[in-house]
Amino acid sequence: MTTRVGVVTFPGSLDDRDAQRAVRLAGAEPVALWHRDKDLHQVDAVVLPGGFSYGDYLRCGAISRFSPVMETIIEQAKLGMPVLGICNGFQVLCESHLLPGALTRNDSLHFICRDQKLRIENAGTAWTRDYSAGQEIVVPLKNGEGRFVADEHVLDALEAEGRVVARYVDVNPNGSYRDIAGITNAAGNVVGLMPHPEHAVEPLTGPTTEGLGFFTSVLKQLVNA
Amino acid sequence: MTLDTVKNAEQTPDAAQPWAELGLKEDEYSRIREILGRRPTGAELAMYSVMWSEHCSYKSSKVHLKQFGEKAPENDAMLVGIGENAGVVDVGQGYAVTFKVESHNHPSYIEPYQGAATGIGGIVRDILAMGARPVAVMDPLRFGAADHPDTRRVLPGIVAGIGGYGNCLGLPNIGGEVVFDSCYQGNPLVNALCVGVMKHEDIHLAKASGPGNKVILYGARTGGDGIGGVSVLASETFDATGPAKRPAVQVGDPFQEKLLIECTLEIFKEDLVAGIQDLGGAGLSCATSELASAGTGGMRIELDTVPLRDNTLSPEEILMSESQERMCAIVEPGKVDRFLEICEKWDVIATVIGEVTDGERLEIFWHGEQVVDVPPRTVAHEGPTYQRPFARPSWQDALQADAPTAERLVRPTTGEGLKADLLKVASHPNQASKSWITDQYDRYVLGNTVLSVGEDSGMIRIDEETNLGVSVATDGNGRYTKLDPYTGAQLALAEAYRNVAAGGAKPLAVSDCLNFGSPEDPDVMWQFAEATRGLADACQVLGTPVTGGNVSLYNQTGEVAIHPTPVVAVLGVIDDVTRRTPIGFAEEGQLLYLLGDTADELGGSAWSQVVHQHLGGLPPKVDLERERLLGEILIAGSRDGMIDAAHDLSDGGLGQALVESCLKGGKGARVVVPEGQDPFVFLFSESAGRAVVSVPRSEELRFNDMCGARGLPATRIGVVDGDVLDVQGQFGVSLAELKDAHTGVIEALLA
Amino acid sequence: MARVVVDVMLKPEILDPQGQAVQRALPRLGFAGIADVRQGKRFELELEGPVDDAALARIREAAETFLANTVIEDFTVRVEEDGK
Repeated sequence: MTTRVGVVTFPGSLDDRDAQRAVRLAGAEPVALWHRDKDLHQVDAVVLPGGFSYGDYLRCGAISRFSPVMETIIEQAKLGMPVLGICNGFQVLCESHLLPGALTRNDSLHFICRDQKLRIENAGTAWTRDYSAGQEIVVPLKNGEGRFVADEHVLDALEAEGRVVARYVDVNPNGSYRDIAGITNAAGNVVGLMPHPEHAVEPLTGPTTEGLGFFTSVLKQLVNA
Repeated sequence: MTLDTVKNAEQTPDAAQPWAELGLKEDEYSRIREILGRRPTGAELAMYSVMWSEHCSYKSSKVHLKQFGEKAPENDAMLVGIGENAGVVDVGQGYAVTFKVESHNHPSYIEPYQGAATGIGGIVRDILAMGARPVAVMDPLRFGAADHPDTRRVLPGIVAGIGGYGNCLGLPNIGGEVVFDSCYQGNPLVNALCVGVMKHEDIHLAKASGPGNKVILYGARTGGDGIGGVSVLASETFDATGPAKRPAVQVGDPFQEKLLIECTLEIFKEDLVAGIQDLGGAGLSCATSELASAGTGGMRIELDTVPLRDNTLSPEEILMSESQERMCAIVEPGKVDRFLEICEKWDVIATVIGEVTDGERLEIFWHGEQVVDVPPRTVAHEGPTYQRPFARPSWQDALQADAPTAERLVRPTTGEGLKADLLKVASHPNQASKSWITDQYDRYVLGNTVLSVGEDSGMIRIDEETNLGVSVATDGNGRYTKLDPYTGAQLALAEAYRNVAAGGAKPLAVSDCLNFGSPEDPDVMWQFAEATRGLADACQVLGTPVTGGNVSLYNQTGEVAIHPTPVVAVLGVIDDVTRRTPIGFAEEGQLLYLLGDTADELGGSAWSQVVHQHLGGLPPKVDLERERLLGEILIAGSRDGMIDAAHDLSDGGLGQALVESCLKGGKGARVVVPEGQDPFVFLFSESAGRAVVSVPRSEELRFNDMCGARGLPATRIGVVDGDVLDVQGQFGVSLAELKDAHTGVIEALLA
Repeated sequence: MARVVVDVMLKPEILDPQGQAVQRALPRLGFAGIADVRQGKRFELELEGPVDDAALARIREAAETFLANTVIEDFTVRVEEDGK
């Protein structure tokens, strides 16, 4: 049976088609999920894609977090369903309190789009099993509010528990505390990532294909589960 | 104040009306009275004044623009030509592509962020209204001197506005231009281009036919945005001394526009509209009169039904409002429910505001009383036409006589001198890396961007199965056009054409944005006449018809006009995007060939500007047959795997092209000055019809045979090698030094 | 130290997409009865010296030329009393 990975479209989601493409290239079946629909249509995992849901006008992710589909996703995530939030999706996960911390305006105050080097710190999550710890990859990064912030004790706890999934290398593009590019929950099924692995899945259109690993990882996780 | 109804207008023929304040000339006002057989109502006057403004009616330019139709080359690819929201071109496999470049110059000077943002919004709706999914944007920009304080105000706002709006719409920004010149000090140029893709059967037109069909207004509510903006913002010169005119600025809401795009595409998919038009300049006045005029003529609108953001708006203001993110659709009665349902799904407000009638009048009602009763063609399509006087400026001869000869402008004669000038040119803001700007734009979204920033053209894949793609390049050189408007406009086309071909795509069609000073100045009008004539002639030779575009006049402060700046966009098609040719030299050992002929042509060049602050002489000569041949070689070389990198030669000549290709690919080059060639001319001349290509050794013979057989001069000038750009016997400069000169320049100016 | 507060709001006639997005979300979350929402910015300026007419004039100038974009925004300046 093919693994079904849902990709949510909120009003203002932009990278939903890209995430669906990445799911397909990884060998799974992408399933479009609509923000007003509580039904997850029997998906095995969910991607919350990048974009500017609801224009990001109040705070990024603050309005999407209350959409009907998120009620079910929050419920299922707590039961162990793999959920990957990319960029705006990461912001939604923080607003939903599935992940700690918050994402604030870049320290440069500018939107930034660049090819970003990352180090995978935790290769044990549902979304990073196909990488090795310490592996460096290059994927696009594009955000205006990507600066990860949290209290010192939260940061210390994240580090101590190995919940920093990826860190920026060479350049910290947005002023994120401790160069954090992505984190996971304690169970390792919910991952939030500011850079965009779904834009690094084809040699023709991406700087590398090193982003595909996030999507093949979850496939392996689900097949083995 | 009582409502100025049609009845009231009939009864009070002598009431004074503010036609002059609305920008109408006395004879124009008389003509309106003649058309209507009475004085216009306030609402009618508002409609005529805004639709007859320069911006909407092209009254000064259309006698010249008609050459684009008269001289249009035979082209099987044209599906929709000039006159619609945007032209449409067949690119094969059942796909059609629409594209257009437009200006938003004056609004962007007044409020840089919102002006630039709403410029993107407007062009994207134009493309959407044709039935296409917008897939990419591009921005040709012109600013005043890079180190001028006002540039520091205007540039960051414009860039943030383009990024803020385009990024939020999810459209990749795949290229454009940034040029600094003090002539744009009080008149920055913000041009915006959008490309859209659809299937042939999805093409939609802006016309209202079928009596009984409903008129639906959908999108944002109507507020007091930019009332009178069209006539005031777009058609009047900034007066340096008078009080600042600050009409209500339009504010863009990209989130609303994103919903509008998805909602509209879903509506198209279910074939629910008979005609559609976006609301841009002149708002409802424009949309209703154009739809009715292009259809059967009759339309009845109940203005009370328009959803308002501000309940105090008068009917005149509702008609004039330029609130953004609105569209107007003509829908058969049986399809209205489904139309409204899709709008509800996307949280888009949609309202039936009227219907198509079997008459020939556009009739608008307010609280049951008729406020407009006009023949729509007289508003939308039969506005005034001016034969503005034009004459070759008295200073033109002296400007052209001031040629940048070796006697007048000192040229470097030593290796050290050449190196110093190369670095000066590469580190000037016009030639330096624009990454500070382009890094603020999303180039990855949608996942189909094949070529983008720093390349000769932007390229987008449009079919993931077949790898069919399109590419676009925009170019325009105000310095060349100032020296010779006819040739300058042709050079703009030639460069954009060459850039598209260098990427491996076949040039198909043209859109242009003609930015000039005041048409009331015969000098400017001559520049305009010459540039349009040059462009139309060149399009005919190259076989690339003009499909649409925009004219922006009155770009001047006081008596001083900007350099005439026709910006030309060329669209090309490529059957297999995996064959595209980037500019970067990436493979060591590959051979570098210079294609075309190099002459001593420095008039209007980057070198003369950067090193000598000089503008004079004649621009490079144009040989369009040569451009076509060069294009064919570049396309064939790309398709057949004979070329791995190609870069067109333009601003800064071969020297600048080598700098960019070396830095992009991260490899150096060893270059030899050909026998008998002056090293300075070799490196800095801007002769047209040239490109530098990188050829794998295994392909050298085949490539040479092709060029020889076709008669294109191809000179082997070196090899990709090491980490130094080494011009043998002259100088060497390391990639690190080049990078240092080429990057960080814009940041430093704005810091 | 004295505090001066500058509130910057979009002019009433200017579209406020931020406020609109919030207003449309409120009823969905069960917060009924809110007719309109407009979102603005608040600046808190801590003065080194006393809040006299000259200081306020300077702050108004700063608000006019820098804190607010008076093409699209209005501003108000007020002194925050001690102990509040």
